[in-house]
Amino acid sequence: MEPGEGTLGRLLVAHHVSRRAFLRFCSAMAAALALPPMYAPRIARALDVAQRVPVIWLEGQDCAGNTEGFLRASHPTVADLVLEILSVDYHETLMAPAGTAAERSRSDTVGAFPGAYIAVVEGGIPVAEGGVYCAIGGRSFRSIVEEVCGGALATIAVGTCAYDGGLPGANGGPTEAVGVSAIVPGKTIINLPGCPMNVQNLTATIVHYLTFGTFPAVDSRGRPTFAYGQLLHDQCERRAHFDAGEYVLGWGDEGHRKGWCLYKMGCKGPETFANCPTVRFNDRTSWPVKAGHGCVGCTMPRFWDQMSPFYRRLSNPPGFAVDVTADEVGLAFVGAVTGLTVIHGAASYARARRARASDEAISRPAGGPAGGPPPSGDGRPEVA
Amino acid sequence: MTRLVIDPITRIEGHLRIEVEASNGAVTDAWSAGTMFRGLELVLRGRDPRDAWVFAQRACGVCTTVHALASVRAVENALELTIPANARIIRNLIAGIQFVQDHVIHFYHLHALDWVDVVSALSADPAKTADLAESISPYPDSSVSYFRAVRDRLEAFTATGQLGPFANGYWGHPAYRLTPEANLLAVAHYLAALEWQRNVIRIQALLGGKNPHPQTYVVGGMAIGIDPNSPTALTMRRLSEVAQLIDEARTFVDQVYLPDVMAVAGFYKDWAGIGAGIGNYMSYGDFPLGDPTDPRTFYLPRGIVMGRDLGAVLPVDHAKVAESVAHSWYAYSDGDATPHHPWKGETQPAYAGPPLPYESLEWHDKYSWLKAPRYDGQPMEVGPLARMLVAYASGHPEVREAVDDALRALGVGPEALFSTLGRVAARAIETSLIAARLEEWLCDLEANLRTGDLAVADASRWDPSTWPAHAEGFGMVEAPRGSLGHWVVIDDQAITNYQLVVPSTWNGSPRDAAGRRGAWEEALVGTPLADPQRPVEILRTIHSFDPCLACAVHVYDPLRGTSTTVTVG
Repeated sequence: MEPGEGTLGRLLVAHHVSRRAFLRFCSAMAAALALPPMYAPRIARALDVAQRVPVIWLEGQDCAGNTEGFLRASHPTVADLVLEILSVDYHETLMAPAGTAAERSRSDTVGAFPGAYIAVVEGGIPVAEGGVYCAIGGRSFRSIVEEVCGGALATIAVGTCAYDGGLPGANGGPTEAVGVSAIVPGKTIINLPGCPMNVQNLTATIVHYLTFGTFPAVDSRGRPTFAYGQLLHDQCERRAHFDAGEYVLGWGDEGHRKGWCLYKMGCKGPETFANCPTVRFNDRTSWPVKAGHGCVGCTMPRFWDQMSPFYRRLSNPPGFAVDVTADEVGLAFVGAVTGLTVIHGAASYARARRARASDEAISRPAGGPAGGPPPSGDGRPEVA
Repeated sequence: MTRLVIDPITRIEGHLRIEVEASNGAVTDAWSAGTMFRGLELVLRGRDPRDAWVFAQRACGVCTTVHALASVRAVENALELTIPANARIIRNLIAGIQFVQDHVIHFYHLHALDWVDVVSALSADPAKTADLAESISPYPDSSVSYFRAVRDRLEAFTATGQLGPFANGYWGHPAYRLTPEANLLAVAHYLAALEWQRNVIRIQALLGGKNPHPQTYVVGGMAIGIDPNSPTALTMRRLSEVAQLIDEARTFVDQVYLPDVMAVAGFYKDWAGIGAGIGNYMSYGDFPLGDPTDPRTFYLPRGIVMGRDLGAVLPVDHAKVAESVAHSWYAYSDGDATPHHPWKGETQPAYAGPPLPYESLEWHDKYSWLKAPRYDGQPMEVGPLARMLVAYASGHPEVREAVDDALRALGVGPEALFSTLGRVAARAIETSLIAARLEEWLCDLEANLRTGDLAVADASRWDPSTWPAHAEGFGMVEAPRGSLGHWVVIDDQAITNYQLVVPSTWNGSPRDAAGRRGAWEEALVGTPLADPQRPVEILRTIHSFDPCLACAVHVYDPLRGTSTTVTVG
């Protein structure tokens, strides 16, 4: 292949996308990444010469919600992503071949592009009982993650399940689901939690790599700071009502109709780090609080247990100053939860015990016992 | 006799393994196995019932929203709550656009590549393609230059040598029958549908905050303020945005999707005689136009058609639903012989398959993470075909007219409906009918706003202290893939049992205690195989059901086969 052949810029010309539209996209990406507008031309230059990056998209204990989110990409569109920017060589929900032909697509890319393809993982990875809770082609999903992510340039964990085990890993789940970081520690992993993740953050992460040759800066949990560096509460369009003491007290009441603050209906915005209010969803159409329902904190660690019950008002929301970071609040939050009550303490103990069991299971060869009985749901907090 | 394994089945949601036995160029027996389990029902225990829909919605991100709806209906049923008219209409609009968008995605992005040869499209004449397009539809994007641009884009893409998701497809397979021009038309609409779907689903963002997984449901109604005088609420202006998207949705369905399905069907009429399956069809019915608890107000009716007899529609009684685990990796506390009604349902995983990695599963014993739901002891097919057949047999005037029109256009009789092709056609017909209703429902909502009816939720049971000490409820929904039920038991303000019986569990179930096959297994028997190493025909029939395995959350099915097992794909 000659230099430049098949590059994004050339392909865009080939199907009549105007240069102006292309530059508009580059400006949108610069904004999403919180870069000054001067970076837009640099993004454009980078995409002009980039070959399509091979991608292997793995699905484990997933609901395909992140795949559907990917299909909603608007700047660029999913067709642009699939046909011009990426080479999505393996994606079970989208790919033409099945069975061994599909597996060949995966192994071909792993073999032909060692250290040069991007792995995307969606869904949890069950480690209990040798991985029998998720098998693909007769193999444990875990062994596929180890192989594919182990040989990748980097792995992007999309959604909360791939981040920390998510829903199957919540209290009561018997499969000991964990996130990618627990399976291939030490590898480059970009975590994009959310249920599902916002595809705008996925696109921006990929474009950042194509432009600068590196992935965006991340916090101690591997989350890009451009997307997870600020409290949702500080960016919320209803924040002024919080400050003014104007709250929704019932669904459909005057405050609800007037767009007042949802804090008293259980909104988790004061403890959640995410850029939903600024990026929004579905081509910037809306986001849950704008539509009228509180945030459930779906980008946060172990949110199914830590943020529920979803309608219970936060007792002592930390982190109201704009200069705290996700790391600081995360530590404060974990501390507060652990100390709250005896019931909460028991729940935390159950979680910690479970996390240890998972770690032991991970360090053991596949096929061994899981390290104790699955946790029961008994230790979880009472319903408010 | 050859045993073939296809794992993973792709272009579905979730993880599915299909094994078949074949001889003389046709399938003689089949087993379907779901190979992933998450334990959602166990995670839900002990939780606040008002939270359940947030969890349950994650049963599936493709048919997103339907599990949220089933969940709030189940809890509302348990607490004897009736939602306001506005909440009913908003739920219908969210569910309706879900049907429309999901069915189109299914046809173009999950199913079409079983019928459409992408490589053949490269040799199409754009002028002849434009002629073909104009002969079947008034859709404006039908110029020679439009199809030339699509072909050029496809050529540029293939010239890179990086075929991405299209690599290793069954291109050139003798079972493909479309002309190059018909293939190019379909490829053009594959791309157009990608654009269309992300735009029209913005209706769910306007009414639900986001898609997938909209977030404005609450037990008792909807958490969305409506007020013509408040710019932050749902106003006439935002409703006009919804109206415009509905118009775009309907235009594409009637001028692209439906004509394309009919055109493709014309090339594959023999598939009207393949893939019939068990012949029992069930629909819970949905889209309440009045009292949401009264099935007589539903736009799509509730009922059962048994043994392909369109002369009678039987009633549905949820008490007759029961699940068997005789061939599923679960254990019931009273033994596996007796099926359980969901209120008495148990989810105790008990994997009994081979250690991983395995070559094949043991079909004679337990082989799936799916339970086997039965209605009054009988296996059922659910989905668009079941809904259209129940409506047709019920004398639903619009369904009868649409179905008869399609049969006439193809020159076939009603018996052609009981087939793989019948499922494809029923899905498209249903999409067109629902797309036509959305505007009416929106008008109903606007009328309420004008009269000052701004209620969105019944808050009388929001406080858990108002609940009885013990309550049981069920929520029935027609999801795009078929009949969906959630059953909940609440004690002392917390969930003590939660069971989902979902469409792909009905359709993809393993055998039951009596050894009867599930709908997919039965439909595969008799499927022809031109090239057993590239079994595109199996994909056609399986995909015609639109499998959704994460939904069928109890599913996991490894099989242990004979030494002659051949893994193919």
